[in-house]
Amino acid sequence: MEVTQVLLNAQSIDGAVRNNAEESLKQFQEQNLPGFLLVLSGELVNEEKPVETRKLAGLILKNALDAKDQQRKVELVQRWLLLDGNAKSQIKSGLLKTLSSPVSDARSTASQVVAKVAGIELPHKQWPELVVSLLSNVHQLPAHAKQATLETLGYLCEEVSPDVIDQDQVNKILTAVVQGMSASEGNIDVRLAATRALYNALGFAQANFSNDMERDYLMRVVCEATQSPDVRVRQAAFECLVSISSTYYEKLAPYIQDIFNITAKAVREDEEPVALQAVEFWSSICDEEIDILEEYGGDFTGDSNIPCFYFIKQAIPALVPMLLETLLKQEEDQDQDEGAWNIAMAGGTCLGLVARTVGDDIVPLVVPFIEENITKPDWRQREAATYAFGSILEGPSPEKLIPLVNVALTFMLTALTKDPNSHVKDTTAWTLGRIFEFLHGSAVDTPIITQANCQQIITVLLHSMKDTPNVAEKACGALYFLAQGYEEVGPSSPLTPFFQEIVQSLLTVTHREDARESRLRTAAYETLNEVARCSTEETAPLVLQLVPVIIMELHNTLEGQKLSSDEKEKQGELQGLLCGCLQVIIQKLGSSESTKHVFMQYADQIMGLFLKVFACRSATVHEEAMLAIGALAYATGPDFAKYMPEFYRYLEMGLQNFEEYQVCAVTVGVVGDICRALEEKIVPYCDGIMTHLLKNLSSNQLHRSVKPPIFSCFGDIALAVGEYFEKYLMWAMSALQSAAELSTHTAGDDELIEYINTLRNGILEAYSGIFQGFKNSPKTQLLIPYAPHILQFLDGIYMEKDMDDVVMKAAIGVLGDLADTLGSHAGSLIQQSVSSKDFLNECLSSEDLMIKESAEWAKLAITRAISV
Amino acid sequence: MFGSMLWSIWQCRNKIIFDPEIIMGENVVQQSSRLTEEVFHAYRQKASDLPKYYVGTGIGKGTVPPVRRPFKRAVISDQQKRRELSLLRQAQNRCNAQHQARCLASSILSLQSSAPESEPEQSDIEIETVPETEYESENLSKDLDVRRASTLRGPEVRKWFARQLILPEWMIDVPDRLSQDCSDFNILYVLARPAGKRCFVVSSNGTTVSRQLNGSILHYFPSALPAGAKTRNGSGSAQSYCILDFIFHESDQTYYVIDTVCWNGYSLYDCTVEFRFYWLNSKLEESCACNAPSHYHKFRFSAVSVYNCDQSGLYAAYTGAVPYVKDGLLFYNKHAHYQTGNTLVLVWKDENCSQYAIDTDVLELQDDRKLVTSDDPPVLFGCLDGDFIEKSGVQSGNLLRFAIGDGGLSFVDGKLEKADLIYLGKSNRARTFADSYSKPVEIIACRSSNASSNYKYSRIRYAGYIPVHGSAFSSKDR
Repeated sequence: MEVTQVLLNAQSIDGAVRNNAEESLKQFQEQNLPGFLLVLSGELVNEEKPVETRKLAGLILKNALDAKDQQRKVELVQRWLLLDGNAKSQIKSGLLKTLSSPVSDARSTASQVVAKVAGIELPHKQWPELVVSLLSNVHQLPAHAKQATLETLGYLCEEVSPDVIDQDQVNKILTAVVQGMSASEGNIDVRLAATRALYNALGFAQANFSNDMERDYLMRVVCEATQSPDVRVRQAAFECLVSISSTYYEKLAPYIQDIFNITAKAVREDEEPVALQAVEFWSSICDEEIDILEEYGGDFTGDSNIPCFYFIKQAIPALVPMLLETLLKQEEDQDQDEGAWNIAMAGGTCLGLVARTVGDDIVPLVVPFIEENITKPDWRQREAATYAFGSILEGPSPEKLIPLVNVALTFMLTALTKDPNSHVKDTTAWTLGRIFEFLHGSAVDTPIITQANCQQIITVLLHSMKDTPNVAEKACGALYFLAQGYEEVGPSSPLTPFFQEIVQSLLTVTHREDARESRLRTAAYETLNEVARCSTEETAPLVLQLVPVIIMELHNTLEGQKLSSDEKEKQGELQGLLCGCLQVIIQKLGSSESTKHVFMQYADQIMGLFLKVFACRSATVHEEAMLAIGALAYATGPDFAKYMPEFYRYLEMGLQNFEEYQVCAVTVGVVGDICRALEEKIVPYCDGIMTHLLKNLSSNQLHRSVKPPIFSCFGDIALAVGEYFEKYLMWAMSALQSAAELSTHTAGDDELIEYINTLRNGILEAYSGIFQGFKNSPKTQLLIPYAPHILQFLDGIYMEKDMDDVVMKAAIGVLGDLADTLGSHAGSLIQQSVSSKDFLNECLSSEDLMIKESAEWAKLAITRAISV
Repeated sequence: MFGSMLWSIWQCRNKIIFDPEIIMGENVVQQSSRLTEEVFHAYRQKASDLPKYYVGTGIGKGTVPPVRRPFKRAVISDQQKRRELSLLRQAQNRCNAQHQARCLASSILSLQSSAPESEPEQSDIEIETVPETEYESENLSKDLDVRRASTLRGPEVRKWFARQLILPEWMIDVPDRLSQDCSDFNILYVLARPAGKRCFVVSSNGTTVSRQLNGSILHYFPSALPAGAKTRNGSGSAQSYCILDFIFHESDQTYYVIDTVCWNGYSLYDCTVEFRFYWLNSKLEESCACNAPSHYHKFRFSAVSVYNCDQSGLYAAYTGAVPYVKDGLLFYNKHAHYQTGNTLVLVWKDENCSQYAIDTDVLELQDDRKLVTSDDPPVLFGCLDGDFIEKSGVQSGNLLRFAIGDGGLSFVDGKLEKADLIYLGKSNRARTFADSYSKPVEIIACRSSNASSNYKYSRIRYAGYIPVHGSAFSSKDR
C-alpha cells in the first residue's frame, strides 16, 4: 500500500475517495496492527513526506492509542501493551527523532503521540528512560527542538498522574521548564512552550511548593513571565497564576500583595486575553474562600484542612474599585451574542463572587458607584451601575440590601420601560430577577413586593416580554423568580388576580417569530411551568384550562411531514418544552384529589400525544415525554394498563438507551411508577423489563449512576407482582449479592463514598421490595437461603460506619422485612447478627424520625420472629 | 447545535487533522448526531451546574484554562429540576408503598398494646360500644386485632387501616317530618367540613404522624400535641399519646380537627360526641396546638366551629364564612360514640357548600358477580354478567366505578329494586372500600333537584329538622 497516497486521499474533498481511503486504512489496521503503526510512524518521521500526510499519520497513530470512549480506550491500551517489543521501540525512537524535525507541525504532532505512549507505558514501569533522554541534551538543542521537548514535557505531565513520576525526575522536569521560562531565554517560542509546560507540571510540584526556597523561585519566575514582551507568554503566565491560586491557595500569603499589583496593572493596561486571566485569578481565589467558608459554616468542628486567609476581605478596598472600572468597558451588542466573554463580563462575574465571599462589606464600596452612574447620559455608565447592583445581590444580608432595593425598585421598573438603551434594559431585567431570586420569598422577613407595587411590577414585566428577545428572556426570568417566591404563600397568592394575564402573556411570547433567539421560548415555557407549579388552589381551575391549550400546541408539532434535520431538531426541542410543561401540570393537578378527577378526562388524549411524540424519533426516546408519562402513570393508577400495549416498546427503547444514560435512568424510574400504578397487572411485561434490567446491570457501557435505580426498580417490581417474582428471584438475587459484596466496603474519595451509598440504598430497596412482595405467600421459604448473606451485608455496612441516613433507614427496614417475612425461620440467624442488636439500638435512639420509625418497626418484627 | 451536520461535513473535509478526537470509521451522519447529542448534553450539564460558572474545560491539547460562563446569562433551564422532582416523587411513593406493606399501623398497634391500664380491652372497644343502634355488629372483620392486622399485606392493610376512621353516611334527602319535631332538634351538631385530605393524626414518643384514609403517610412532623414533639421540657410520659381525626386543608397547610379518639393516653372511643368536642376544644387550647406554627409545631392546627343543629346553627354552618374551602356539611349525633367504618355521622353536599361534583359511585365486585356497597350488611346494587367480567378483566374484590344512568334507581317498598349503572372503569387503587348505599341515592337526589337551585336551598334549610334515624337510612333496616 502506498500509504502517502492513501493518507492524501483520506483528506480528499471527494467523499467517495475519502471513504475508500478510510476503509483501506481501517482494513490495514485490523489485519496488521504492528505493521500499520510502523508505517504511520515511518511516515511521520520522514522529512521528505508532505506535511499533511505526516500530520494525519501522527493523528491516526494517536487515535490508535487513546479514545474518548472509556471502553475503547481500555482496549487500545491493552493492544499497545501486547504489541511486539521491537515494533514498539522502533515507533518510539521514530517519534523522539521527529521532535527535532524542522517542520513544526510534525514536531507538535509527535510530541502529542509521545505523551500518549508515555501515558500508557509509564504507569506500567515501561519506558523509564524517557524523561532522562528528553532532558539529556536539552541545553545543546537548537531552539525548535528545545521548544518541542518542552511541549512534550507539558503534554506528558497532562497525560500521566503525578505518582507515576518520581520526585527526582519531577525536579529535572521543573528545572528544565523554569530555565526555559526565564527572561534569559532568548527564543520566545521556547519561553512560551516552557510556560505552558509549567501550567501542566504544577500538579507535580507538591513537594517543591512545600519548600520555601523552591516555591519563592517558582513564583518569581512565573511573576517575571507575566511581564514578558510577548502577549502569549504573559497570558500563559497568568494562567499559571490562576492554576496556582486553586492548587496552592494556602501557600499564597507571602505573594498576594505582589500578585495584586501585577493583576491590577494587567487589568487596567494589558490586552484583553491577559486582563481576563488577571481577573480570573481573583475569581478563583473567591471560589477557594467561598468553599472554605462554607465548610466552616457547615461544620462546627471546623476540620477543614485549609484555613481561610481572607485574601479577598483584605483586598476589597482596592479590588472592588478595579472591578468596577472594568464594568464600563462593555462591548456593543454583547447581550445578543451567546458566546460573548469580555473584560466587563469577567469583572461583573468576579464582583458577584466577591460579594458572596465578603457579604455586607462590599455594599458601601459599590453603592457610591451605583449612585454616581445610574442616571448618567452615557448608557455605559447606567448599564455598569445596574450590573454592579445586580452583582452584589447574593452574599450581603437582606437587612443590608432591602433598604437599597426598596429605593431602587421603582427606578428599575421605570428604566425597564423607559430607558432608550437595550443593554440597560437587559441588565435591569436581569437585576430585577436577581432581586426576586434572593430577596423575595417566605424566607425573607420584610417583603419587598407589596400590595402597592405588585401590580406595577407585573405590568412592567409583561410589557417587557414584548421587547427584544434578550430583554424579554430576562423579563421571563424575573417573573420566574417572582412566582417561585410565592410557592409557599398559602391559600391566596398575590399573583391570583394576574394569573390569567401572566399565562396569556407567556403563551404569546412562545409564539413570537423570534422566540428561538436568546432562548426566549425556553425561558417562557420554564416560567410558565414555574407559575403553574407554584400556583395555589384558587387558581387550579385556570391551570386546568391550560391543559387543552398545551395539548393543542403539542398536537401542532406533530403535523409537519418530511422534516429537514434542522426542522426535526426544532420539533424535538419544542416537544420537549411542551412535554415538560405537561409533566409539571400533571404533577400539580394530580396531587389533589379534586383537581385530579377533572384532569383525568384528558388522560387518553395526552397519552396518545406522548406516544406520537415517541413515534417522531426512530432510535431514541424523548426524555421529557418519558418523565411526563411517569407522572401520568402515577396519577392514572391501574387504568394505566390500557396504555401499556402501545407504550411498552418505547419503554424498552428507553431501557436500552445507554448512550443517553439520563434517558435510561429516567425510564427505569418510570418502570417504578408503572409498577406502583399497575400492581399485578404489570406481570405480562415483567419478562421483558427484567431481561433489560439484568442486561443493563451487567453492561460496562452503561453509566454507573443508572445502576442503583435499577436495583430499586427490582424492589418496585417484586412489591407489585408478589410471589410471581419467583421467576426472576435467582437472577435478581445473584446480581444483588455481587453488588452487595462490592459495596460493603468503601475506599476512595467523597464522590465514590457517595456513589457506594446510593448503590447500597438501591440494593436495600430491592431486598425490602422482595421480602414484602413474598410476605404471606407459600413461597416465602424460597428466600430463606438468601437470609445469611443479606444479614452479613447489613452487618458489614454497619461495621463500616460510613452509611448516610438514607442507607441507615433502608438497612434497618430490610432487617425488619426479613424478620417479618421469614419469621421464626430466621429467628436464630437474626439473633446472631450484630445488626439485630447494636445497629438496631443505634437506630432506635436516632435523631432522625424516619430511621426511628423504621427501627421501631424492625424491633416489633424481630420480637415476633424470635418469640414464636 | 444548529447545522451540526454541515459542521461535520466541513470538519471531515478540511479539518480532519485538527480534530484530535476524530474516530476513523465514524461516518458523517453518526458524527453529526453524536455532536448534537454532546452539545445537548453539555447544555443540560450547564443547566445542572448552575452554581459553578464553568462550561467545559480545554478540550484536547494545549493549555486552555476553564472558561468562566458570564453569570448574567445564568439561563433558567429546569429539565434537571424536573428530573429531580420526579425522583423525589418516586422515592416518596416507594417509601409509602413500603410503609403500607410493612403494615404501617404498627406504630398505632404498639401504642394500643402499651396503652394505660385504664383501658384494658382497648382492642374490642369499638365493637362493644356501638351505641344505641339496633344492629349489634356481628361482623368481626373490623376487629382491631393487633396480631391479625400485622400479618395483612398490601391492599388488605390499607383496608384495615382505613376502617379505623369514621366514615360519614351520605344524607340523602330531607325527611318530611318538619320543624315541630323538637325531640330531634337538639341532638345534632353541624359543622362545615373543610375540603382536604381526611387523616388520622397520631402523636407519640415525640413525633407526630398523619396518615390518610388509604393508610399512606401524609406528614411526619413535630406538633404541640401531648408527646407530639421532642421539646426540652419533655412534657408527657412515654405512655402518653393522642389519636385525632383531622382534615388536612392543603392551601393553608392547616389541620382542621373534626374528632378525637385518644387524648394524652386517655381513650375517648366510648365517649359521646358532646363530650369529645368539649374535651377537644378545652384540651387543644391547653396544649397550645392551635398556636402559630413553630420549630416544635410544624403545622397549624385549628378547630372547626361546631353549631347546634337548629335553624340558626345550620344557617351559620351552611352560609357562614370560614377560613377554609368548604366541602359539605357534617352532622354528628351528640350522643354517638366514636365508631369506625360507617357510622351515624352524616354528610351533606350541594353546590352551595361544596365545589366538588358528585357524579360517580364506587361499588365492590363480589365472588358471585354481585356489586355491593360498603354498608354493613352490604347493599346489592346489581350483578355483572360473566361476559363482561371476562372482557373487562375485572376480578372479584375489585372496586369499580359507575355512573348512574338516566334510569336512576327504582325502589319497591323502600328497598332498592333496580339501578341503572354505567361502568366507567376500575377505581383508583388508593381507594380501599366501596361507597355506602346512601351515596348513589344522593347522586340521584342532587340530579333531580338540579332544575331549581332555590329548591335545593330550601331543602337544606329544612335539613335541620332531620331525625337521626330517618327513613333515609333504609339500608340499615334491611
